[in-house]
Amino acid sequence: MKFVDEFRDAELAEVLGREIAALCEPGRHYKIMEVCGGHTHTIYRYGVQDHLPEDIELVHGPGCPVCVIPMGRVDDGIAIAEREGVILTCFGDMMRVPGGRGSFLDANARGADIRMVYSPLDALRIARQNPDRQVVFYAIGFETTAPSTALTILRAEAEGIENFSVFCNHVTIIPAIKAILDSPDLRLDAFLGPGHVSTVIGCRPYEWIPRDFGLPLVCAGFEPLDLLQSIYMIMKQFADGRAEVENQYSRVVKYDGNPVALKVLADVFALRPFFEWRGLGSIAHSALQVAPKYARYDAELRYEMPGVRVADPKACQCGEVLKGVLKPWECKVFGTACTPETPIGTCMVSSEGACAAYYNFGQYAKQRLSLEVLQ
Amino acid sequence: MTTNFSEDQVGQRIEAMRRRPQRFRDERVTMAHGAGGKASRALVEGLVVPLLANPALEQLSDAGLFTAGGARLAMTTDAFVVRPIRFPGGSIGELAVNGTVNDLAVSGARPVAMSAALVLEEGLAADVLEAEVSAMADAARAADVSVVTGDTKVVERGKCDSLYVVTTGVGLLENDLTLAPALVRPGDKVLLSGTVGDHGVAIMLARGDLDIVADVSSDTQPLWSLAAALMSACGGGLRCMRDATRGGVATVLNEIAMAAEVGIVLEESRVPVRPEVVGAGEILGIDPLYVANEGKLVAFVAPELADAALEAMRALPSGAAAAIVGEVREEPPGRVLGRTTFGGHRLIDMLVGDPLPRIC
Repeated sequence: MKFVDEFRDAELAEVLGREIAALCEPGRHYKIMEVCGGHTHTIYRYGVQDHLPEDIELVHGPGCPVCVIPMGRVDDGIAIAEREGVILTCFGDMMRVPGGRGSFLDANARGADIRMVYSPLDALRIARQNPDRQVVFYAIGFETTAPSTALTILRAEAEGIENFSVFCNHVTIIPAIKAILDSPDLRLDAFLGPGHVSTVIGCRPYEWIPRDFGLPLVCAGFEPLDLLQSIYMIMKQFADGRAEVENQYSRVVKYDGNPVALKVLADVFALRPFFEWRGLGSIAHSALQVAPKYARYDAELRYEMPGVRVADPKACQCGEVLKGVLKPWECKVFGTACTPETPIGTCMVSSEGACAAYYNFGQYAKQRLSLEVLQ
Repeated sequence: MTTNFSEDQVGQRIEAMRRRPQRFRDERVTMAHGAGGKASRALVEGLVVPLLANPALEQLSDAGLFTAGGARLAMTTDAFVVRPIRFPGGSIGELAVNGTVNDLAVSGARPVAMSAALVLEEGLAADVLEAEVSAMADAARAADVSVVTGDTKVVERGKCDSLYVVTTGVGLLENDLTLAPALVRPGDKVLLSGTVGDHGVAIMLARGDLDIVADVSSDTQPLWSLAAALMSACGGGLRCMRDATRGGVATVLNEIAMAAEVGIVLEESRVPVRPEVVGAGEILGIDPLYVANEGKLVAFVAPELADAALEAMRALPSGAAAAIVGEVREEPPGRVLGRTTFGGHRLIDMLVGDPLPRIC
């Protein structure tokens, strides 16, 4: 398919792989974190690692929107959905995320009406079509998806739709990266910056990373060749003795981001003082809530919900996986008690979750090595 | 942080888990149990089969095989609950006939007769019902099978979605060939009869929930002529056939890999997929390998007969786009590996959940 196949060219990948290998300093091990879950998915889905030398290790970061949702917020969603006359809507990935009282799928089996949508505008359409029901959009995601939620609230206001509200779980990427860099148990060499988040926030917000920590960051696209090229750019920075923010995904990302989207975000949302991230704990100024000006679209004000913190299951090590401290398979319950069909932790649910990606696509290097096949 | 186990040990633990007998542990049935993936497997193998246990059922084939009055027969049953009932390329009536005869065909049986029970929703328009029964009649003629018995029931408005169809099919095994997953062995080639994902994507777009417009039609079609051609081209070199319905080609390959204790390597660049299906999958994050087909079969063939099999398939309209897409290996047993178009490798596991409920 045009504009897709060009970015998945196996021959170009081989060339890039060789050039990356040539830039590796002998004996040095490189730990590069891909912040975004979309990158994690691409890496496993296409076997990107197969084109990299062994000395480059890709560490999976916290940028999977589903993975960072704490159990208590899932329970809150179920509490809303179980109210008479409510239709809860959410992105498909959320349906299987386990809370303290099961997942949204389980809630549906008990009689709730939770529907999957592909866009918050679809949720608004459901509200329009069901004027006698209350429709709540369970909003998740980083700055990538937050503008579409914001625009939907503006659209609801413009159309005077009153039976629509948003349960806002939007989070912001920079505090999460800070939390990782402050974590004492992880040593990283560089970042692959989250391409889609950067379309909104631009590259400037990352400048403190090379400045304060001396680590290169390259904003990367989501096709496998984008990732290889970004890794090449990182390795080139090492070779040149530079540490900078660079933009590989320039066909989409502008250095200053998307001012229109940023303006809408600033208008519709306000920063929360604190937000609990699954596995990472409470992080200051790391999430968005509906601004007071649009309070009537805020499901948190419209409905009572438990709002309690539900501790992760003891066995679950999602926090360590999200921070890149543990590889998915190093978690004690990985692949046995915790599998994509019966997930204990969120990382095992979304296709962007490090554990699910590794379980579904990556599972064990041994198999890759046994594959001198089909020539 | 250190761990006291290796990646390989984790892999072995997972393998042991996958091979454990299935148990159905959920408190209630969820939509995931109907998706044809792992949850469906737990429902069938963990709850239904143990209670109804008998040797024919335990084969878990598309059709149960048995002998009656000296004739070798195959019998299959299926329920059709697709929404919407009409979609580009077909409708529930046609799907019900093709789905039934295809389960017989891939078992090596010529479809002979079938039943159809109609569950109708109060208020269903007569012309809609008539159109679906006509569609069944047309499909039955095309598949050379007779609907010899049936039943109708009406339920209150809202208790079903327009129209559900439940069928049973009986087929005749006319030759001495044995087709079984256990016969698949290292070296065998994997053949696919055409493009993947057409049906599931057509249904998804027909629902109109997504504002995507693409020209994709369901591939619903009878497969008996294709199955018969493969049997005559390959004889005993044909190990096994499956129709790749719910769960798609990926699920079929996993089932065979586990049943035969072999590894399967899929060359992803050789899998035929329509650009529209690729595009829809890209937008929705859905892998066409996991999307349902209603007129495609996967065949496992001895290597020396693979070219003959391919030629036989391509000679028929239902196999015009057939391709050799993979190969059976000794390692890793029970696993399906993909060589990606990018030149890397990945594991292709069974489907877990399904973003597309009620597609057949």
